[in-house]
Amino acid sequence: MADFFSTGLGIAIIILAQCLLMAIFLLLAAYFFLYADRKVWAAVQMRRGPNVVGVFGLLQSAADMLKLVVKEVVIPAGADRTVFLIAPLVAFALPMAAWAVIPFNETWVLADINVAILYVFAISSLEVYGVIMGGWASNSKYPFLGSLRSAAQMISYEVSIGFIIIGVIISTGSLNFGEIVAAQDGSYGLFSWYWLPHLPMVFLFFVSGLAETNRPPFDLPEAESELVAGYQVEYSSTPFLLFMAGEYFAMFLICALTTLLFFGGWLSPIPGLPDGALWFIAKLSFFFLIFAMVKAITPRYRYDQLMRLGWKVFLPLSLAWVVIVSFFAHFELFGGAYARWAVGG
Amino acid sequence: MQALATEYLPILLFLGVALGLGLVLMLAAMILAVRNPDPEKVSAYECGFNAFDDARMKFDVRFYLVSILFIIFDLEVAFLFPWAVAFRDIGDVGFWSMMVFLAVLTVGFAYEWKKGALEWE
Repeated sequence: MADFFSTGLGIAIIILAQCLLMAIFLLLAAYFFLYADRKVWAAVQMRRGPNVVGVFGLLQSAADMLKLVVKEVVIPAGADRTVFLIAPLVAFALPMAAWAVIPFNETWVLADINVAILYVFAISSLEVYGVIMGGWASNSKYPFLGSLRSAAQMISYEVSIGFIIIGVIISTGSLNFGEIVAAQDGSYGLFSWYWLPHLPMVFLFFVSGLAETNRPPFDLPEAESELVAGYQVEYSSTPFLLFMAGEYFAMFLICALTTLLFFGGWLSPIPGLPDGALWFIAKLSFFFLIFAMVKAITPRYRYDQLMRLGWKVFLPLSLAWVVIVSFFAHFELFGGAYARWAVGG
Repeated sequence: MQALATEYLPILLFLGVALGLGLVLMLAAMILAVRNPDPEKVSAYECGFNAFDDARMKFDVRFYLVSILFIIFDLEVAFLFPWAVAFRDIGDVGFWSMMVFLAVLTVGFAYEWKKGALEWE
């Protein structure tokens, strides 16, 4: 038996099993985080939230999914059928595929590649295609306008996300998540992590993440008072479900990136406590809680404000930060906090 | 080659799993759900009106401008990635040449700003 698992086929089967595990994790996460999301909004607005289906409404997400699966798939007469149906697949599969390189601890990762960040960055750039294809193929005005807005918004904030990531890479000297987390492992627990030296960028990254995933206060593509539901207007049933799930996977991805890049991934915040995947999931959940709170608390931006924030505030700030970090790293200022490779992390 | 394949195989397989899952969900709805289209149901949604004309209309040129600016800055980021990874090995020459490059880019950015390419009113 042991021999079988070292053959090519055996390895492929092991990898496939790992992929399925990861998929199950993501689906379970989507299931419970969607529920948590609604509970948090409800709590902020002094409502009860879902509490009818199952104990504490825990089965609400399952009921919603079942409902969507048995709904009719309406394809508009004027729509481009092929593109119309490919769009939700793209919007679902790409954010999910990005998770292939996200590590849960030193060894729990599907693909431990050396260009992991570049891969995530590339995949999240492609996510915009799902939105554009959906909006264009619907051949309806609201989806069309919504997808234009959404595309412009996503690409605008992607630039600053890129610059912010560059700062972290300069500090680490690697694109691999394992090495980035290892560089944050110090004797001061949570004060060794990158959030301290890269403090202003943590906020910028998180807010850019909100804009990148079309979450409030940047949910302009779906601004229901203006565009009904943006690029999703013509979608029903499971194609809609796929868009929705993809959005949640992208959100988890931003939470995971924040955790890995700035908050030490699976490292324990208190020196002495064991590190582990549980810390990673706890931090991810914490950032998701902030995602949910932001949605409940903030009013929506206007579109010109959104573009101004992206191009005139975030872009110059993150560009300046790249220069600042590279100066700090090159001259090894602040005890090498910005050049972990130089001081041996 | 062998190592490269085993490193990237999981990504390919996972992409396959993701696509498969999406397809299964979509097919499930098509098989399970009743399909009963009528002209009103499949017409484009326009708040109750009949759709006026084709939705693929002219749109604001600013969206086009934003995408061009995006290409410039995203290429910029693409240049920065290898530089950032090799930061420790390239020494003073590498460091200062990138600073010059960024300075040139900043001049371009200031020009765009002054020209009003970033204005949305």
